[in-house]
Amino acid sequence: MVEGLFNPDRWEKAFESMDTFGEGMLMTLKVMIVGLIVALVLGVIFGVLSTTKIKALQVISRIYVEFFQNTPLVVQVFFYYNGLPIILKTLLGASRPVRLSKLLLGVCGVGLYHGAYIAEVIRTGLEAVPKGQYEAAHSQGFTSLQAMRYIVLPQTLKIIMPPLANQALNLVKNTSVLALVAGGDLMYHADNYVSNSGHLQGYIICCVLYFIICFPLATLARKLEENAKKTPQPKKKKKMEVA
Amino acid sequence: MIKIVDLNKYFGDLHVLKNINLEVKEGEKLVIIGPSGSGKSTLIRCINHLEEPTAGEVYIADTLVTKKNKLEMAKKYSSMVFQQFNLYPNMTVLENLTLAPIKLQHMSKEAAKEQAMIYLKRVGLENKADQYPQNLSGGQQQRVAIARALCTKQPIILFDEPTSALDPEMVQEVLDVMIELSKENITMICVTHEMGFARQVADRVIFMDDGQIVEEGTPEHFFDNPENDRTKLFFSKILR
Repeated sequence: MVEGLFNPDRWEKAFESMDTFGEGMLMTLKVMIVGLIVALVLGVIFGVLSTTKIKALQVISRIYVEFFQNTPLVVQVFFYYNGLPIILKTLLGASRPVRLSKLLLGVCGVGLYHGAYIAEVIRTGLEAVPKGQYEAAHSQGFTSLQAMRYIVLPQTLKIIMPPLANQALNLVKNTSVLALVAGGDLMYHADNYVSNSGHLQGYIICCVLYFIICFPLATLARKLEENAKKTPQPKKKKKMEVA
Repeated sequence: MIKIVDLNKYFGDLHVLKNINLEVKEGEKLVIIGPSGSGKSTLIRCINHLEEPTAGEVYIADTLVTKKNKLEMAKKYSSMVFQQFNLYPNMTVLENLTLAPIKLQHMSKEAAKEQAMIYLKRVGLENKADQYPQNLSGGQQQRVAIARALCTKQPIILFDEPTSALDPEMVQEVLDVMIELSKENITMICVTHEMGFARQVADRVIFMDDGQIVEEGTPEHFFDNPENDRTKLFFSKILR
């Protein structure tokens, strides 16, 4: 088995099937991009809701976050695959179970799951800005919205960027869960290849492709973290010269 | 300039301000002293409605301050200097000073910068314009905060324990700026423990205890012959 890894013929065969891997990679990238957008939108909405003063909204946000953070993604995805079609059938009054497309299934899976984590990132980011910042803004006459825009959000953004990049990274890796429900993603195609040929090359190529997506994200997260830690240095004198 | 009528404030069950009545004339320098927990910070924060009064009214220039107009009123009449400075850390010193004039008072960028540099010079920090607040000492940050309050040109400045968070050796540089400022026709209300400052600057001192104004008078009155027992006790402790 292990010698097979060094067998050039097997590698050649594997590279001949690059189309399959490409197809899977494309699906993974699609799920990643749309999933990330969904997760960000959900994260911003629920993150902001949990910092409002309205109790009911806080509770709704809490339930969402706790539910998705404390149940495994695999279970959630299996539910979308097996349970949701039946529920949708009843809801829509269709004659057959209504299956989600592979893309939609994937997007729901990672989007809802990571949306919960991103909501927490955003909540902590907003809460990290001291109350005094709002007070200073109000004492100058800024409305809450203006205070957010000019003063709070720029500070929040700096705090949340590193964990957000980390979430994007985890989201990419978690798309591989879709392989379990024939999601048509990179892992699914790689696993198919290995099952059909018996050649482990499939997994290695799969790893390399994930790495190509993930490594830049991890590097970005580290860079952002370093930046966030640094005390900002004085700005270089710009064109404005005050006599 | 400021008129406070039957002001009451509760935090939950805690009655922190009890029937406060106070008038402050235009250009007056008022110093509020008293033990911690006596409600002096809450009182000053009620003036610009950073704290919503539970009952009673605050008038500034004969206009009732309400939940609705408080931001307008602040923009027009009052600025504030905080114990913790509360400079905006995402902006340079210059940006801290020009934000409100540009965004709220629609001053041109050039004019706002020019004005900011004038005020920075006044607090002795014109060479720090491009620094970020985190790189300044506490005393310097507070002087920037005072310059920021000046840039918006309101006739009232509220000082909420401006030197309490400073290292001892930095207190005087901030007080010096405030003393210099007191020569102008700005209405200054200052919560502080700095009695030397009060003596030098205040037209009137009020002493608060347990949510009430216990005694008021000139600084000399307080130093020479305070009447109330609580005032005497307080002074015997802080004047060593």
